[in-house]
Amino acid sequence: MATFTLPKNSKIGQGQTYKAAPGATRTKQFKVYRWNPDDGANPRIDTYELDLDKVGPMVLDALIYIKNEVDPTLTFRRSCREGICGSCSMNIDGGNTLACLKAHDEVDGAVRIYPLPHMAVVKDLVPDLSQAYAQLRSIEPWLKSDTQPPPDAERLQSKDERAKLDGMWECILCFCCTTSCPSYWWNGDRYLGPAVLLQAYRWIADSRDEYTGSRLDDLEDTYKLYRCHTIMNCTETCPKGLNPAKAIAEIKHLMLERQV
Amino acid sequence: MRESISINVRRSQLGRARGVGAGHSGVEHWRIERITSIALVPLTLWFIYAMLHLIGAPQVVVAAWASNPINAVLLLVLIVITFHHMHLGLQVVFEDYVANKWQMTLMILGAKSVSLVLGLMASVAVLKLALS
Repeated sequence: MATFTLPKNSKIGQGQTYKAAPGATRTKQFKVYRWNPDDGANPRIDTYELDLDKVGPMVLDALIYIKNEVDPTLTFRRSCREGICGSCSMNIDGGNTLACLKAHDEVDGAVRIYPLPHMAVVKDLVPDLSQAYAQLRSIEPWLKSDTQPPPDAERLQSKDERAKLDGMWECILCFCCTTSCPSYWWNGDRYLGPAVLLQAYRWIADSRDEYTGSRLDDLEDTYKLYRCHTIMNCTETCPKGLNPAKAIAEIKHLMLERQV
Repeated sequence: MRESISINVRRSQLGRARGVGAGHSGVEHWRIERITSIALVPLTLWFIYAMLHLIGAPQVVVAAWASNPINAVLLLVLIVITFHHMHLGLQVVFEDYVANKWQMTLMILGAKSVSLVLGLMASVAVLKLALS
């Protein structure tokens, strides 16, 4: 059966507390998940008390401040710091989001920061996303067409055809949605998850792609597609405001349409 | 010190993601589950309404009600759809939550068998009541 408690070596202990410098007037606590594969110890929560007068507005600013000024051992992914690269996805205040788009004053009290749920942890806030990346690769997220494009022009789309891709091209593959989905937690080895299914639909809906039928064939599976039970955590959590649940519903609709 | 980790899966992530490919089923299961659940809304409301009217009624009155062909047929439809929906729904629950494949298969077969037997028992009971 599914397990609902953490294994013994995953139980989270109390870590260190780093106080803000004396004289700080506006402070906020950041409680951060820490785990180091090399020390053999259980994960722990370290508490960093930061002087808000020295820290930028976003949670990512706080993490960068901690790494630069307080504790250089803290490990996390980040790159663009403006919500377009998808690197700093993590679980903040109980929800998956991008640290660079989440202001810490949105959180009452201490800001709890964990890695994305239910993925193997590489270190601290860095999850192992190799399974999700391989699943993305498996749906072949690129244009497949047997008709050659005109030699002197690009493949054309009407405005209506192009509009069908709105709400999907914006996905930055941060996997906040996939790792928020209970169905993916229990059956992620076979269920593709909302991010990958949204990408699958992005190519199914693309008027320039000529492999719609074979793409649907590859998804027609009780696990790959139909583990989605419309829980809607994906849509709820998407930091870009996209709707993966709707994309999955569209795939299911097409599955039905080609049979009736 | 860190315990040594034994790795017995060396297959590539892509190989694992592709797995054995798509099973090419699931559409029908998904469709019937939804159709039956929609059908159950009016049928269940009708059944509750009818039962509220029959509370405390003597056996003769209930039998007379059940022997009305429309009532008998609606009861049978309710039973068939309820138990059909039940085994389809339970199958999904077990597929979701039971990790062990053997255990999962046994539980699904068990749920389907129990649904079939209970459905048949309920149908025979209705027929007995309606035809007596």
